[in-house]
Amino acid sequence: MSFFTDLDIKTQQLLAQPPILQATVNPQQYRAVAERVQQNGGRLVALWGSDDREREMNMAVHAALAFQEGLLWLRLPVGEGRPVFPDLADIFPVANRMQRAIYDLLGLRADKAVDERPWLRHTAWPADSFPLRRDFELEQDFAGGFDDYPFVKVEGEGVHEIPVGPVHAGIIEPGHFRFSIVGERVLRLEERLGYVHKGIEKRFEGMTLEEGVRLAGRVSGDSTVAYAWAYCMAAEMATATMPPSRAEWLRALLLERERIANHLGDLGYLGNDAAFAFGLAQFSRLKEDMLRLNHTHFGHRYLMDYIIPGGVVRNISAEGIAAIRQEIEVLQRELPTLKIIYDEHAGLQDRFLTTGQVTPQLAAKLGLTGLTGRASGQAVDLRVQFPGVPYDRLDVHMATHSNGDVAARVSVRFDEIVESLRLIEHIIEHMPEGEVHVPVNCVTDGKCGVGWVEGWRGEILVALETTQDNKIYRCHPHDPSWQNWPLLEYAVIGNIVPDFPLINKSFNLSYSGQDL
Amino acid sequence: MYHLLKKIAASGIKSEPPPIADESLRATSTRLEAAVLQRFGRSLAIRQVDAGSCNGCELEIHATTNPYYNLEGLGIHFVASPRHADMLLVTGPVSRHMKVALERTYEATPDPKLVVAIGDCGCTGGIFGESYASCGQVSNVIPVDVVVPGCPPTPLQIMQGILTAVALPK
Repeated sequence: MSFFTDLDIKTQQLLAQPPILQATVNPQQYRAVAERVQQNGGRLVALWGSDDREREMNMAVHAALAFQEGLLWLRLPVGEGRPVFPDLADIFPVANRMQRAIYDLLGLRADKAVDERPWLRHTAWPADSFPLRRDFELEQDFAGGFDDYPFVKVEGEGVHEIPVGPVHAGIIEPGHFRFSIVGERVLRLEERLGYVHKGIEKRFEGMTLEEGVRLAGRVSGDSTVAYAWAYCMAAEMATATMPPSRAEWLRALLLERERIANHLGDLGYLGNDAAFAFGLAQFSRLKEDMLRLNHTHFGHRYLMDYIIPGGVVRNISAEGIAAIRQEIEVLQRELPTLKIIYDEHAGLQDRFLTTGQVTPQLAAKLGLTGLTGRASGQAVDLRVQFPGVPYDRLDVHMATHSNGDVAARVSVRFDEIVESLRLIEHIIEHMPEGEVHVPVNCVTDGKCGVGWVEGWRGEILVALETTQDNKIYRCHPHDPSWQNWPLLEYAVIGNIVPDFPLINKSFNLSYSGQDL
Repeated sequence: MYHLLKKIAASGIKSEPPPIADESLRATSTRLEAAVLQRFGRSLAIRQVDAGSCNGCELEIHATTNPYYNLEGLGIHFVASPRHADMLLVTGPVSRHMKVALERTYEATPDPKLVVAIGDCGCTGGIFGESYASCGQVSNVIPVDVVVPGCPPTPLQIMQGILTAVALPK
């Protein structure tokens, strides 16, 4: 933490290992710390706002910054009289959309930001109303106005536009993609999201810590384990509750199962998007086997509502362990064959290789993260860099690739499944005995907690602040899709339009997770 | 190619019997004419619309097409445009930002048409409810024939909902 000691910032430690620090800063310090973090190879994890006028006579912008040793949570008070805060988009380009979202939800503007278009707000609420202000009622219905978003126009001879969405051709979430193309080649893609904004953050306000986990588990259904764990981590930190160690091992077991299930699904669909239906049939069969085991032994096919504050809902049975053992054996036998089939299939490789490329340089500059980042040489994995219980005992091997194309993202998925199988094997052998749940301690007003989990898509962060009676004052869930959506716009440049579904699938980003 | 063929042979046929229709899932007393349903029952084209879900329901809708459930084996398939569809399979809650898109998708679907609302959120608004950002259940925006509760409902429950919508009157 030596790199910002000269900035005279008082930090407060929320967690010792890995260090999670919190600090209140002024606008100059806010930018200075961000610059230092960037210069030292750190990254912006999340950016959000809060309305603290009842508590502290001001509103605030919060930034979560990851640096070499840990996580820094900056809180920048912003007065109502001049509701602006320093723009970070020149330091961390990923700040752009998050800052626009802060304006839409709270009315705090990034000062002199280049892009001031709305992001999450379309027509559901008027431009002068801000849903996350405390005096904004959750349940109201504004008559929707006319939606006219100023897309960037590409002009020139032969350029035309293809508008796609929000209702897509496949079974996927809604969003709008505006392609500017010449012939078949993509000159530019502009995304517009926010269609599935359903007021999750506002809904969190006033829920009890126990109630909140159910909502956290539904921020993005495909990452329910990662969100529920991150939320519980935050709630446990705020209430100084120590979950039993067996519960932590079970949570990791679930997280790795979620990773494998999603990777299996993606590998199938990536085959299918390159017209290789065999791949979809095989991988969806393996995924279904996993989901059925989940249902039998954890009570839910996607493991929803199994992780709760204080631990997990119930222990795993001996039959459950035996079934998992058998499942690992099957997957370890079947996967290598399927990998050979994918690798040796010329037609498939022709579609995968060099398609949708994001170079490591661009990935580093724009902050590509998670699985997609690792496929573009960004060696970041919380299970390796900041291993909590039980990852500190598992010695996770990180999968990376430097090509940054669809093929690399396929390869990283294969490697991560192999590693997760090894982790699960280790977990079920070495899981400590004991309780799986403890009651959550009572909490006073104004306690903070952070959850930080490497989900299958990337790092998920949940920042939580409490009020009295164990209730939520503010809860901000952050999805790694915020970081990766902008990179998809770059990945498709120069590719042909028919390759877009394949590239999009290889990223497989969450709409619900970023629209909130 | 050797590996591929061997794998296909070794995997065998996984398809399981489909569920039977359940009249309790029907949300309205009206139903399409028997002659129409008889046609639909043989080949049904579905347009899926995510009108604001957390994507959990989408995972299970995808699963209906895996080798175990083999929805396509029943002559039911997902199509890319509402213009080609007989049925809309809608997950919710309907976010206010998706309201217009859902209404237009409904209008673009030729008559006679069916709507099946999928998941707790599609049926009642679920955990997200009604708010400044959410219209709640699907039937608040377009007419719904059959509802399939669950968070998310299983592939069998989803198939049951679809089959109920096209079931002939007894």
